Amino acid sequence: MRALTFHGTHDVRVETVPDPRLINPRDAIIEVTATAICGSDLHLYNGVIPGVARGDILGHEFMGRVVEAGPQSTLRPGERVVVPFTISCGSCFFCQMQLFSACDNSNPVESQDASELAYGHAMSGLFGYSHLTGGYPGGQAQYVRVPFSDVGPIVIPEGLEDEQVLFLSDILPTGWMAAENAGIRQGDTVAVWGCGPVGLFAIQSALIMGAGQVIAIDHYPHRLDLARGLGAKVIDYTQTDVLEALMEMSGGIGPDAVIDAVGMESHGFAPDNLMDTVKQKVGLGADRGHALRMALMAVRKGGRVSIPGVYGGMVDKFPLGALMQKGLEVRSGQTHVQRYSQDLLRRIGEGEIDTTFLISHRLPLEEAAEGYRNFRDNQNEWTKVVLKP
Amino acid sequence: MHKTLTRFALPLGVAGLAVAAYWAARKPASSHPPDSAPGRTARQTWFGDYVVGGRSVTIAAEPEPLFAIWRDPSQLSRFMRHVQSVEAAEDGTWRWVLRGPAEAEVTLLTRIVTERASELIAWRSVEGSEIEAEGKVMFRKAPAGRGTVVEAVIAYQPPGGTMGHWMAKAFGTDPARLGRHELKRLKMLMETGEIATASPPAQKGH
Repeated sequence: MRALTFHGTHDVRVETVPDPRLINPRDAIIEVTATAICGSDLHLYNGVIPGVARGDILGHEFMGRVVEAGPQSTLRPGERVVVPFTISCGSCFFCQMQLFSACDNSNPVESQDASELAYGHAMSGLFGYSHLTGGYPGGQAQYVRVPFSDVGPIVIPEGLEDEQVLFLSDILPTGWMAAENAGIRQGDTVAVWGCGPVGLFAIQSALIMGAGQVIAIDHYPHRLDLARGLGAKVIDYTQTDVLEALMEMSGGIGPDAVIDAVGMESHGFAPDNLMDTVKQKVGLGADRGHALRMALMAVRKGGRVSIPGVYGGMVDKFPLGALMQKGLEVRSGQTHVQRYSQDLLRRIGEGEIDTTFLISHRLPLEEAAEGYRNFRDNQNEWTKVVLKP
Repeated sequence: MHKTLTRFALPLGVAGLAVAAYWAARKPASSHPPDSAPGRTARQTWFGDYVVGGRSVTIAAEPEPLFAIWRDPSQLSRFMRHVQSVEAAEDGTWRWVLRGPAEAEVTLLTRIVTERASELIAWRSVEGSEIEAEGKVMFRKAPAGRGTVVEAVIAYQPPGGTMGHWMAKAFGTDPARLGRHELKRLKMLMETGEIATASPPAQKGH
């Protein structure tokens, strides 16, 4: 089959690789009909996530048709499914608490040592996202082996197009959980850093959950337009002093909740970010935490901090004092996708949530490398790339 | 000059006394009774010629089936990937063929010295074994309905002494790491019916 493989920083290629096959009884094989490039794939593309090997198949946002199902799978060949990026067994202590992205049993034991060393505990398995999370071949391919296919995949009813439901795999529930983690109450002011796909879905979700106003922060005009289109107020950080503006836009109180939908590769020329960029380039530091630092400074006393943005390692110049002195509440994590699947599928079906506004480009899988390059270099226009194998 | 000295003498004296008092108070601490932590978590790894290691894992299953698997040599290879084979001889000796560093085969001969149903299996190597080792596996109900805590502890003489121990660690074949992996595989097998893997098993003859 054809698949997008990693060959080094800024070097991904579509190659012919062996077809996947069933290994465990609960597996299924999916023929991919649509897959997307995620903002977090850019972290892999930019070489800031460790444990990615040459030849690894990337991609964790995908859907398709079941072509083969193992004896313990509940799927049937021909069914159309969206596959969550988190691989979860459904029966361990964590899955039972609906903490699906903390599953104990989906990351092969040999791959658990690295994250146990880095984070104190082993991470769960994820598709196409380094060997820290299992080294599972990803979804930017013609076929994918899906472990625990009786737990993750969401069967899609007829009448919904691929592009309406594809983002149930990651970014839609990630934006939803980001808003849920912000503990939004009626009338709250919510500030969102980053108007990429997750930030935009977090804005949409926060408004559904009853936020009085959502203020979106970015510097790309088109992305700010998309945020405005969803009903957010916007701040262009290259034009405006963000901290002062947030105070003034919230009656001198500060936002009740803040969402960092930027993660480890902050943009901008703030001094702390320039230092972080240098350290990241030479391997001294893993994360550039500028957006998170700002969010912690901006949020009101006793406010809530939600971090859907991806971080991988250490960050310094961290305003721990602000966190403690203001009595902040912090919630984060890889998305527990399976917890939200049915509810969000229903909202899409009823027309409450639309995700298709985000898609800026559709490419054949063969042109995936082009898609990566543009998604990274032309972020203003390239907001979301969908690949068709 | 004198004035400066006296100005500092008192604080310095007090500080000195404080340091002395601290050391005096600290001294008995080194001989205090052991804390509540299991011995294998001690900073000290070596106990005489033996290296001690171990690990606990909580498995969502009753103690009985877990004990039964551990007690049955034919079941162990289902989750122990570093064990090539286990056979029980008629005299009660278990013969383990292990994969050591660089795929070398190592034979371990053991016998069970203590056994309490669904609770404990303690074993020790016997004459003819290539490794001197002893260990125990304990099973107890986990709190809040979380299943069973399985606790495995091993004490062994690393072949090649200190050097051999570090070599094994460097190659990732030290028993502590391998044991941790085997326990996690047992957990996967019991909780999900399968063992997670990202790659197809190597096909023989290729």
